[in-house]
Amino acid sequence: MKNSATADNRHLLRASSGELKALKRNGMIDRLFERSTLFFALVVLVLLGSIMASLVMSGWPALSTLGLDFFTTDRWAANVEKFGALPAIYGTIVTSVVAVVIAVPVSLGIAIFLTEQCPMVLRRPLGTTVELLAGVPSIIYGMWGVEVLAPFLQSYFPTIFPAGTGLATAGLILAVMIIPFITAITRDVMLTVPSMMRESAYGLGCTTWEVVRSVVFPSVRGGMVGGVILGLGRALGETMAVTFVIGNNLFFSPTLTGQGTSIAALIANQFPEADGLQRSALLALGLMLFVITFIVLAIARYMLNRIERRAP
Amino acid sequence: MNSVYQRRRIINRMVMTLCVAAAAFGILWLLMILGTLMFKGAAALSPDVFLERTKMSGGGLGNAILGSLIMTALATVVGTVIGVAAGTWLAEYGTKSRLASTVRFINDVLLSAPSIIIGLFVYAVMVLPMGHFSGWAGVAALAVIIIPVVIRATEDMLKLVPNTLREAASALGAHRWWVVTKVCYGGARAGIITGILLGCARVSGETAPLLFTSLNSNQWNFFDMDSEMPNLPMTLYQNMTINSFIPRQVELAWAGALILTAAVLALNIIARIISSRRSKG
Amino acid sequence: MNFSREGSMSARINESTLQATTSPVNSVAAAKLKVEELNFYYGNFQALKNITMEVPANQVTAFIGPSGCGKSTMLRCFNRIHDLYPGLRTEGQILLDGQDINDRKIDINLLRSRIGMVFQKPTPFPMSVFDNIAFGVKLYERLSARDMEERVEWALKKAALWEEVKDKLKQSGQALSGGQQQRLCIARTIAVKPEVILLDEPTSALDPISTGYIEDLVNELKADYTIVIVTHNMQQAARVSDVTAFMYLGELIECDETTRIFTQPAHKRTEDYITGRYG
Repeated sequence: MKNSATADNRHLLRASSGELKALKRNGMIDRLFERSTLFFALVVLVLLGSIMASLVMSGWPALSTLGLDFFTTDRWAANVEKFGALPAIYGTIVTSVVAVVIAVPVSLGIAIFLTEQCPMVLRRPLGTTVELLAGVPSIIYGMWGVEVLAPFLQSYFPTIFPAGTGLATAGLILAVMIIPFITAITRDVMLTVPSMMRESAYGLGCTTWEVVRSVVFPSVRGGMVGGVILGLGRALGETMAVTFVIGNNLFFSPTLTGQGTSIAALIANQFPEADGLQRSALLALGLMLFVITFIVLAIARYMLNRIERRAP
Repeated sequence: MNSVYQRRRIINRMVMTLCVAAAAFGILWLLMILGTLMFKGAAALSPDVFLERTKMSGGGLGNAILGSLIMTALATVVGTVIGVAAGTWLAEYGTKSRLASTVRFINDVLLSAPSIIIGLFVYAVMVLPMGHFSGWAGVAALAVIIIPVVIRATEDMLKLVPNTLREAASALGAHRWWVVTKVCYGGARAGIITGILLGCARVSGETAPLLFTSLNSNQWNFFDMDSEMPNLPMTLYQNMTINSFIPRQVELAWAGALILTAAVLALNIIARIISSRRSKG
Repeated sequence: MNFSREGSMSARINESTLQATTSPVNSVAAAKLKVEELNFYYGNFQALKNITMEVPANQVTAFIGPSGCGKSTMLRCFNRIHDLYPGLRTEGQILLDGQDINDRKIDINLLRSRIGMVFQKPTPFPMSVFDNIAFGVKLYERLSARDMEERVEWALKKAALWEEVKDKLKQSGQALSGGQQQRLCIARTIAVKPEVILLDEPTSALDPISTGYIEDLVNELKADYTIVIVTHNMQQAARVSDVTAFMYLGELIECDETTRIFTQPAHKRTEDYITGRYG
């Protein structure tokens, strides 16, 4: 063993043959490793690109045939090749708005409860439960909606919900579905507020609500808005929780509680049997949904990233 | 006590009561859903549910469970390979470059893209050209959903590996790939596995992307990936919609819903245990 | 020796300017590393200014100076660990046995296997004690299992850690105590058989007893290796080093035999620092 460091002056260029081999091999693997990981990273870009491209290409026949009528007319009738997306767009927006309007105050309440009021021993278990519930498959919410909620609404509020199902019912189910989701994000961002800030506010004699309103909320506003918009994105694109309870009624009725349809529900219902122009129209609907959610998600990410950058 | 203080106290009391009410309200809903699930699902559970295949009427869910397992497992494998590699590039090579920020942003968008869109996409690029529904298409759709989850987890976890470890490994003369695979992966392993499990949990409950890709089938399908693949979420959907006039199918759907939820929650819990062990150890 | 007097004279003349006074301290010891007009930049910030010095072979050279003076930056130039990060720039030469380490023909990984480094905080890899040591060896050598065991034992004995961990080789390296972790890192560095060992404040995160172990170790290791140590602890520099270099604001103020630096420094700044007037 050559332990001492002496002799060979030019050793840095005169490595042993074993070392040279190892250098060569490792250098090759190094390049291969970097290039292959880069390749897979580019797959992500290609994925988004091809999702866009395939939807545009397959939706183009319908978009070019129907033109603006696609967005402005309210009659969707496959048998006469009339495709107006207005009912679906209306349904998507109404259900999502109902969901967010219900879910946001409830989620904020739960998050405040979990971070400020809840007894210490219960905070972690309850917080974990909320996060677990955010993972329950959406089809479960849909099944529960059609089996329990819709009949309940129909029998107790027959004047408001004559069929039990409808836009408002779908909004309600969506709200229940995104409550754990929004709560989990809101709780996370609220926990990023340094406890020192909280404590100094309490030290001034603030009540819990005053601390939350004037210290916690202002410092995490962006993150909370981001979480809410992410929830909105979920509601906009949700299929399974909606399609069971929205009523799947193609006739346009600009009410809140009537039966209707949403983009996702319409696609889920009609796509399996669709062909030709109808299929193209459904794909164009999908494209529209994707663009809408893309914009919404981009806004949400922008706001959440701002919080993340600030958090320690 | 002056009146200002009184007022502040009353407002505080009111708001906090509302928060407790909100918590109770939210938890009530979720308890009702879980209660229904347990009650209706457990009532329909029997060994036959696991052993028999789905039929027009009666039967079990055996083939659907198997098909879901196959597709989820394959999608997880594909998603892990692509996701871990891409996440590695973002954390170790791309870091703050422009390309990396773009990939990161696109990935975040894909992470929460509606799953039905993914189904449509795979339909357009796989099912249409091939001319028929297939298990492969289902796997592809699920993989597209799982990839962003794994990328995010891998990148986040690799970023938590302290830079001093990378420096120390490099200072021994280690090439970058050796540093990443032996040292960084070693440190990030638990977190990456957690991410993969969470992604797996997410796709195992997805219905919408399977509607137009794997479709569903009443037959057993042992790895014939080129034909329709029976699966649990689609079976639930069909049993609750077009077959809902048959009481036994609805019962089976609830049994399936219970199995599905239990599996998803179990995956979530395992993932959490792994990640909490890491933070302790 | 005769050079140093000249150096200190010139230093007296240029008292006001921060002119470096460097001197080949030991005519017997050949220079292992030669630094020639080295400048280093973090983006626009110049962290090292025109440094010229020699590191004698088989001796311990210590860098001292107040925090932010560039001593760690200097150390990290020796194995080009800076290359891991973009936006950093080196000018000038560092010669290892007469060979410029910044030469494009030099394989940086091979260079680093010749110049090992131990960091401020112990950096055990998330793997077993055995694998921690074998990690670097596996890179360049194909050893049989027996040979590898021998090598691991050899390295651990050299680092005075063998007796404490010989029954825990399969345990995680991160489960050892702080002092043991640091010796594990030294053993890991030795196992690759480098010629130079760089120590970046190796004891700043350790308790006094572990510090003592490491200092004894450094003393023993210099028989086989050239050692460069950065420390903010002047007593430590006095205890372990043969040559001491004092740096201030990115400049090398003075580099001389340790005994001389601590008894009759050529520069007022050095004296101020050593006597604790600032730092």
